Amino acid sequence: MTAASQTSPTPTLAGARIQRWTPLSAGFTSGFGVLIIALAFVPVVMGASVVQDLTNLLTLVLMAVMWNALAGYAGLVSVGLQAYIGLGAYATVWFALHGVDPYVAMVLATLFCAVVSIPLSFIVLRFRGAQFAIGTWVVAEAIGIYVSFDNQLGAGTGTSLTQLYTYSPTHREHYTYWLTLTLTAFFVIAVFLLLRSRLGASLQAIRDDEGAASSVGVRVVAGKRILFILAAAGCGAAGAMTLANILFIEPTSIFSVNYSAFMIFMVLVGGLGTFEGPIIGAIILYFIQQQFGNDGTSYLIGLGATAIAFALFIPRGIWGLVEERTGVRFMPVGYRVRRRAPDSGVDP
Amino acid sequence: MAPQPLLAAVEVRRQFGALAALDGVDLAIGPGEAVGIVGPNGAGKTTLLNVLAGTIAPSSGTVAFRGTDITRAAASRRARLGIGRAHQVPRPFGGMTVFENCFVSASTGGGLRRRAAYERCLEVLTLCDLDDVADRRADTLGLLGRKRLELARALATNPVLLLLDEIGAGLTDAEAEALVVMINELHSAGIAIIWIEHIVHVLVQVVSRLICMDAGRVIADGEPRAVMSDARVVDAYLGTAAA
Ligand SMILES: Nc1ncnc2c1ncn2[C@@H]1O[C@H](COP(=O)(O)OP(=O)(O)OP(=O)(O)O)[C@@H](O)[C@H]1O
Ligand SMILES: [Mg+2]
Repeated sequence: MTAASQTSPTPTLAGARIQRWTPLSAGFTSGFGVLIIALAFVPVVMGASVVQDLTNLLTLVLMAVMWNALAGYAGLVSVGLQAYIGLGAYATVWFALHGVDPYVAMVLATLFCAVVSIPLSFIVLRFRGAQFAIGTWVVAEAIGIYVSFDNQLGAGTGTSLTQLYTYSPTHREHYTYWLTLTLTAFFVIAVFLLLRSRLGASLQAIRDDEGAASSVGVRVVAGKRILFILAAAGCGAAGAMTLANILFIEPTSIFSVNYSAFMIFMVLVGGLGTFEGPIIGAIILYFIQQQFGNDGTSYLIGLGATAIAFALFIPRGIWGLVEERTGVRFMPVGYRVRRRAPDSGVDP
Repeated sequence: MAPQPLLAAVEVRRQFGALAALDGVDLAIGPGEAVGIVGPNGAGKTTLLNVLAGTIAPSSGTVAFRGTDITRAAASRRARLGIGRAHQVPRPFGGMTVFENCFVSASTGGGLRRRAAYERCLEVLTLCDLDDVADRRADTLGLLGRKRLELARALATNPVLLLLDEIGAGLTDAEAEALVVMINELHSAGIAIIWIEHIVHVLVQVVSRLICMDAGRVIADGEPRAVMSDARVVDAYLGTAAA
């Protein structure tokens, strides 16, 4: 159309194909699948402490992936997801008290969190930015206080999932691990499929510019609601898993805002708005917890300082940096235009 | 009997605190019509476009599209109904590729299924001269690329009405020339166009009707040459030139 494009042949897009899988991303994704399958065999070959550590790690991964789904794709920075961690744990206790097998109770508690988040979404999604962050925190505190007055659930002194003691310690550890692996894999795969779907492209558009997204036709609030419900369910599962792993909970710790601090740390360090970043962040936090977890306040301050440093100097996190440097995308959630080779007939 | 207008805004007002950014604007445009809007800075042109696109609500007045009242309809709904919009300051989805930017439009505003959306995007990217940067992250584009992407994204929704806000501003003469050719193509394909631009000689190569706004009002509306020689229009421009 311009003078320049008339003299030099412009690559036309006629007949171009859209490629979603590259050899690299196919390899990476199948590697991921193999890893999940391999993880399923850990209890068979490894000792109890490894199994328990991995349960911990998987729970962290789940939390990070959920926080990232909300902040990284819907642009909803929450400091209140501990509401669902606590609810998931306490709903498990409640279902178990009412005669449900504790492991089934954990799955029911996950669904319960999804259901509860629907009406809540109509309230908190009216808010934006800092209001949303604080609003979700207030909701979490309110639910925590409500639970601490419920005598059936142990009130402020806490409660334990005694029904789990009907299983032998070894079985308990293994079942808890397998359920954690299943739920974490389920939610990670759900996020992956969501991002790959047509809706996923819209969610990324919301992340980048909400106003512009709505002006091209994206139903912004509906998109945010889907992620909000998904995050609630995922955090509910993480809460149930935490309970299964530590057996005893009390309202002040399971509804603690510290969970939000951990989630923010993992996602900021790993890479906000990337698929892989939160997983990396979870692994890093896991090792930090192993090293410094007993140092109390200084440990928390260190985490906070690191997260702030990342936000200021490496805003795209470790994985964002990797993608920037290498220019490759490891998960096939994008779209690549493959032109038809000039003088077609020659297969590239 | 006059045919039903494609878009009709009636008595539209928009207040920002004490400022009446729109102070009773009436505007009707027919199917396939191309209308230019000029006016000094701060006249309310972008605000009018925002009200038409549904980005902001009018304080009073109504907007109807194809005979249906859309005053309360969300921007996303209007995009689906066929109103495409290019922003004055480009707003690309920076973390996505140029192709993916268009794909969002085609699959939401355009309502197309996957294959059809792909086809639409490839067409639009070729039309907007974005074919060689289809796989680039949108935030790596320069101003010209971003402006083209605004247009491409609006087109990918398959609009019947295009709202263009200064997409020619800051372009060289050659680039503006290419833009005119492109917009004329769209116009002859039957798309109605409302185009805000300060450079009148570019505008008149496409539009046959010109509207001049000043201080939130339409002060002239008609044949471009007549509008530009209207005493009130000359006044409005002299007033800002002196400022
Ligand atoms: N969101 C807002 N809040 C407050 N005032 C606003 C807002 N948007 C626009 N205005 C004011 O309304 C008036 C009209 O602005 P508008 O952007 O519509 O002008 P314009 O004709 O598009 O000008 P330009 O040619 O500079 O783009 C200006 O005085 C502007 O400062
Ligand atoms: Mg403007």
